Amino acid sequence: MDFICNLPLFMIIASLFSSVLCLLLKKKAAYTVCGILMVFLTTADAIVLYYTYAHSTFTYPMGEFPAPWGNEIRAGVLECLILLVFMIVLICSIPAGYRYLRWEVDETKHNLYCALLNLSAAAVCALVFTNDIFTGYVFLEILTLASCGLMVATETGRIVLAGVRYMIMNLLGSSLFLLGVVLLYGMTGHLLMVPLHESLAEISTDPSMMLTVTLVVGVLTIGLAIKSGLFPFYFWMPDTYGWSTPTTAAFMSSVVSKAYIFLLIKVYWRVIGIDLLERMPLHLIVLALGIAGVIFGSVSAIRSNDVNRMVAYSSAAQIGYIFMSLGIGGRAGYIAAIFHLLGHSVTKSLLFLVTPRLEEVADNSMIFKDLQGSALRDRTSGLLFTICSLSMTGIPLFAGFASKFLILLAAWDSSSYGVFTAVLIALAVSTALNALYFLRTVIRIYSHPENEDPENAEPVRRHHSLGYLIPAWTLVAVNVFLGLFPAITAGLIDSGFGMLL
Amino acid sequence: MKEFLRACFRKDSSGMEEFLNTEEKPDVSRQIRKSAVRKWQESLLSNPEMQKEIQRRQQRYHVLYRIIAVISCILFIAVMLYMIAHLPLYGFKNPRADVVASRYIEKGLEETGAVNVVAAMILDYRAFDTLGESFVLFTALVCTTILLRFGAKDKNRFVAEPVFDTSSDTILRVIGLFLVPCILLFGIYIILNGHLSPGGGFSGGTILGASLIILSASAGFTTTDRIFTYKRLNIMTFAALGFYSLSKGFVFFVGANGMHNPIPKGIPGAILSAGLILPLNIAVGLVVACTMYGFYSLFERGMIGHA
Repeated sequence: MDFICNLPLFMIIASLFSSVLCLLLKKKAAYTVCGILMVFLTTADAIVLYYTYAHSTFTYPMGEFPAPWGNEIRAGVLECLILLVFMIVLICSIPAGYRYLRWEVDETKHNLYCALLNLSAAAVCALVFTNDIFTGYVFLEILTLASCGLMVATETGRIVLAGVRYMIMNLLGSSLFLLGVVLLYGMTGHLLMVPLHESLAEISTDPSMMLTVTLVVGVLTIGLAIKSGLFPFYFWMPDTYGWSTPTTAAFMSSVVSKAYIFLLIKVYWRVIGIDLLERMPLHLIVLALGIAGVIFGSVSAIRSNDVNRMVAYSSAAQIGYIFMSLGIGGRAGYIAAIFHLLGHSVTKSLLFLVTPRLEEVADNSMIFKDLQGSALRDRTSGLLFTICSLSMTGIPLFAGFASKFLILLAAWDSSSYGVFTAVLIALAVSTALNALYFLRTVIRIYSHPENEDPENAEPVRRHHSLGYLIPAWTLVAVNVFLGLFPAITAGLIDSGFGMLL
Repeated sequence: MKEFLRACFRKDSSGMEEFLNTEEKPDVSRQIRKSAVRKWQESLLSNPEMQKEIQRRQQRYHVLYRIIAVISCILFIAVMLYMIAHLPLYGFKNPRADVVASRYIEKGLEETGAVNVVAAMILDYRAFDTLGESFVLFTALVCTTILLRFGAKDKNRFVAEPVFDTSSDTILRVIGLFLVPCILLFGIYIILNGHLSPGGGFSGGTILGASLIILSASAGFTTTDRIFTYKRLNIMTFAALGFYSLSKGFVFFVGANGMHNPIPKGIPGAILSAGLILPLNIAVGLVVACTMYGFYSLFERGMIGHA
């Protein structure tokens, strides 16, 4: 075994150890440890990505006991690619949101905040790399708790209420997932994905068992859909994302909910098996819920009257897109889902990091009326917000266009005219709605306030620290890369799915 | 907010009124986001028509919510019952179902050196899951500390008076002081014998934590504060979990690369046996005890130790 194969283990252990280390540190040292860890994770993951691309996928036993008896992790191109984007988002959102972290997190609690960041990095790594469905559950639990802690670190009244609601919804989702895992274990006697898959394939040859298996998969799907915020379970989203500190909002919307979706995809491919899944009526339900999520999320975003809630509701719509392309099914549908997941991660995190800057020059108000002209006072943030809006709406050159195009192609490939028509209509309507609320905001932030006195106009604020500019433009660069060269990423994802089987 | 939460968890509501009457002093450093929050709330709530609208909606949704909740619960129960009725007996359709379990029972002692098969399973075969599980506890402790511990900005901290001062009650104190050493000893026994008999770090740690809670409830926090300060608790957690993660990381590394594991397994049945299981049980026990006592102290008065 090459030494590089040890890197996933080192990544998980290093992030767990540094999280407890942060307990003993002061504010500055804790952020330093956190930063070093994130750089290490990103580099190690890039190395593993290159290794798996050049050689092949590998499994790594956790301990001396081989597959069905001990735990196991597994690294392939798809896992490493997704983790790389997650890590880029995480590494960018900490310095870019630090300005607000400093204000909103209590002076004595910064080290705890860093500990939670490290813990959630560990959980994301383990969730992505896991080859064992119960390990998935354990780290899913860590991720849920840690993200709730990251949220309530702000400690204003409203976020605590949002945290309680988030906790209730997420525990419901976790317990449904656990129920699914337990039922799977009861039927097969295995927890590792490969033997579980073999046993399940054997069981499901019996037609009388098909219904039970379908229900188990349904329970798993609903559990993870609640946690990632699919329609009709997205009502915890606006308060959660809108009121937490920008770093947390960026992290939660682009990493946490996406990690759950990736776990679901992994369960579909490696546990249930894509052939078995095609025989179930489940994907039509997922497709319907996805389409409903796209439409209702967009309508809620239009109805909201402050920008934070609007951005948060648009997350619900984008989660709907991902589930919609999962529901289309087929390899092309899954590739489109992963591509949209990556593109949306990059875009949405930047949106959550940019919006507070615009609010800051608008007298700290998040209501649309007060935001008028804020981009004129803060040109950089206005430009970044516009780029994100264009990407969200699906203008060519940005990731949003490429992923919507891929979704449409996948629907065309599905050789069912009903599915294709439904997806086409949903895409058209939602793109129009997206354009309505995002471009409306862009026009508003660029137009002069009505009763502005030209002499008393607020001075233009141009000075941003590099800690904000570098991460923000990095995210834009990744976004444009995804949009300009979708073939490269889609090819990587495709080969990743080939290895996932 | 924190006082409010804590008052909600206490049975008496006396703390709540006091909290609601005191006005929060604005804090300059956190002014920015707070002003945004306040603006939003004022714009919504100051409007009388809005208030009526909110009331009307609440009444309407209250009925709707109940109906939908009942229907969805009944549906879910029906589906689950139907599924369980159709579930095959364990291993009935699948003869390979006990491949894993039988190996744990048959070879557990030989391969791990632990007499207690459960300990062998959770701390050796599936050690990665348990590593995650103990970090779940740690995460919960960190989250509770963030939410409930008084920070630098809580200048006018408010600690609700206890319903009655337990430390002045002689019967409680004497019985507590009599019980605590016994429970403590029992907890230590369960932790140390985790690889030999039922028990282990999680259950033993809970008993240790319970004894600490009884001690602070019967003899007052002044007694426990002498030993358990915030800093010491942190150091203890760091030592236990740091040791846990690093040693298990080492074992995973050695095992996966097919190297020789230098940790001796010892003679099965002896107290110093089963390789890493005993020290790991101690580490887990410490973490669980710290977490339990930390929860109690934070919920009761918003601090651990003196601060």
